[in-house]
Amino acid sequence: MNEKTDHKVVLSIEHLYKSFGENKVLNDFNLVLNSGENVVVLGKSGSGKSVLIKCIIGLLKPDSGSIKVFDEEITVLSNSGLDKIRERVGFLFQGNALYDSMTVKENLEFPLRRHWIKMSKEKTNELVNQALEDVGLAQTLNMMPAELSGGMRKRIAMARTLILKPEIILYDEPTTGLDPITGKEIVQLMVDIKNKYNTASLIISHDMNCVKLAGDKVAVLIDGKCYAFGNYETLSKTTDVQLKRYFE
Amino acid sequence: MRDKAVKYFLLEAGNLSAFTGKFFSKWFKPNYETSEFLKQCYVIGVGSLPLVGLTGFIMGLVLTMQLRPFMIDYGVESQLPAIVGIAIVREIGPVITALIFAGKIGSSIGAELGSMKVTEQIDAMEVSGTNPFKYLVISRVMATTLMLPILIIIGDAISIYGSYLGINIKGNTSLQFFWSQLYDSLEFRDVLPAFIKTYFFGFAIGIIGCFKGYNSNKGTEGVGKSANSAVVLSSVAVFILDLLAVQITDLMGFN
Ligand SMILES: Nc1ncnc2c1ncn2[C@@H]1O[C@H](COP(=O)(O)OP(=O)(O)OP(=O)(O)O)[C@@H](O)[C@H]1O
Ligand SMILES: [Mg+2]
Repeated sequence: MNEKTDHKVVLSIEHLYKSFGENKVLNDFNLVLNSGENVVVLGKSGSGKSVLIKCIIGLLKPDSGSIKVFDEEITVLSNSGLDKIRERVGFLFQGNALYDSMTVKENLEFPLRRHWIKMSKEKTNELVNQALEDVGLAQTLNMMPAELSGGMRKRIAMARTLILKPEIILYDEPTTGLDPITGKEIVQLMVDIKNKYNTASLIISHDMNCVKLAGDKVAVLIDGKCYAFGNYETLSKTTDVQLKRYFE
Repeated sequence: MRDKAVKYFLLEAGNLSAFTGKFFSKWFKPNYETSEFLKQCYVIGVGSLPLVGLTGFIMGLVLTMQLRPFMIDYGVESQLPAIVGIAIVREIGPVITALIFAGKIGSSIGAELGSMKVTEQIDAMEVSGTNPFKYLVISRVMATTLMLPILIIIGDAISIYGSYLGINIKGNTSLQFFWSQLYDSLEFRDVLPAFIKTYFFGFAIGIIGCFKGYNSNKGTEGVGKSANSAVVLSSVAVFILDLLAVQITDLMGFN
């Protein structure tokens, strides 16, 4: 648990296949994520980006292939084994998935439930306040999600993801549906978080700002494969017709 | 067309059975979500009380007023408390209260879990290391199973009080006389089977609401559908269980 800096590769995906009936969504997908690195996955709507990260967190079972998180093969893990991994991996849902019957505070406390018995009230409050400060929304503690704006909800969802100080964060379209300015703020927040906690992240996005500012590497998902992988500068100069469309 | 309907019905029945099976397999493992369970008991029990009380009261009152002329015609007016009491305790109280409960709680559970499913809140729980089935389903089903019988007892009592008032609109019966009439005619074998079946009603309403919500389709339309079909299916289930209960008590010689 404590050897976090020992890992070079924190996530590796090999020959991943996933289909729903006739619909082959992932078709021999490969990707590697190193510690302290941000990789952006580009792909058009419906290309299987959400499916990909749901496979990584174990919400979907791939048909075949291997997904190693911290050298642990998650496709064969039992529920309790999966839980151990999920403690160290944050997941930001595309639609935030805030619990709308709970206050912001209760939302943030929810991931701490797994440490329920061990954790004191003071420690819980400290973590909640810390996470809210990290996203700059300390004043919303007792509000309900319905009372917040879209950008605020996104930040709260990020705070909930951050509260356990994950070593990997999986962002599913963090800026989609936000205005460009708020979107930029969220991207900046992602960069700040990475610098502060030295997390590795897999960011799913089609926002070029996000790609430029937050991504160290870019992976392009086309036809269920990792069609191209590299840094933004190299990929944006590509002459490949398929690829070019993503960087215009 | 008919093939499709039959197939859908069988599939649905199979899935509901599997869901119920999952409920028991998880239920037998300890560490319950106690605080969520208590919260649900409060929401479900206390929340339904006014409605159950109101409908129960009206039912007792109306039933008495409707039966009264007949009883007078046959010269058995003094039997009115006994007749109404038996009708309420054995059949009308449990079934009407269960139907009201299905309408209120079945739909709200279906809609709540449905929207949680659609907005990925259930997935978020799973990722947060909390078993959503335990947290959401077990606590709700246990709450409905335990709360409905209590609501029915309260509803029956209010109903009977309504009936007492109904008798006194056109006549004069002391509460004491009314009570002794009722007490003499109600037997243990009237009360016990009627009470036991209410646990099954509560369980059925809870599990069907959760099943429909938990398997909700994407989109807001899916949420509405699951709330709606939760009410329809659990109301039908109440009648079917009632039919089974009367057959079983008959076989056991309780009737
Ligand atoms: N649970 C599921 N059952 C059946 N098909 C699914 C399921 N989840 C996803 N799909 C299918 O997989 C494909 C990819 O979906 P996915 O949600 O991963 O797209 P996406 O790349 O995240 O798109 P977007 O940018 O719009 O979020 C779609 O064709 C979708 O219909
Ligand atoms: Mg998606």
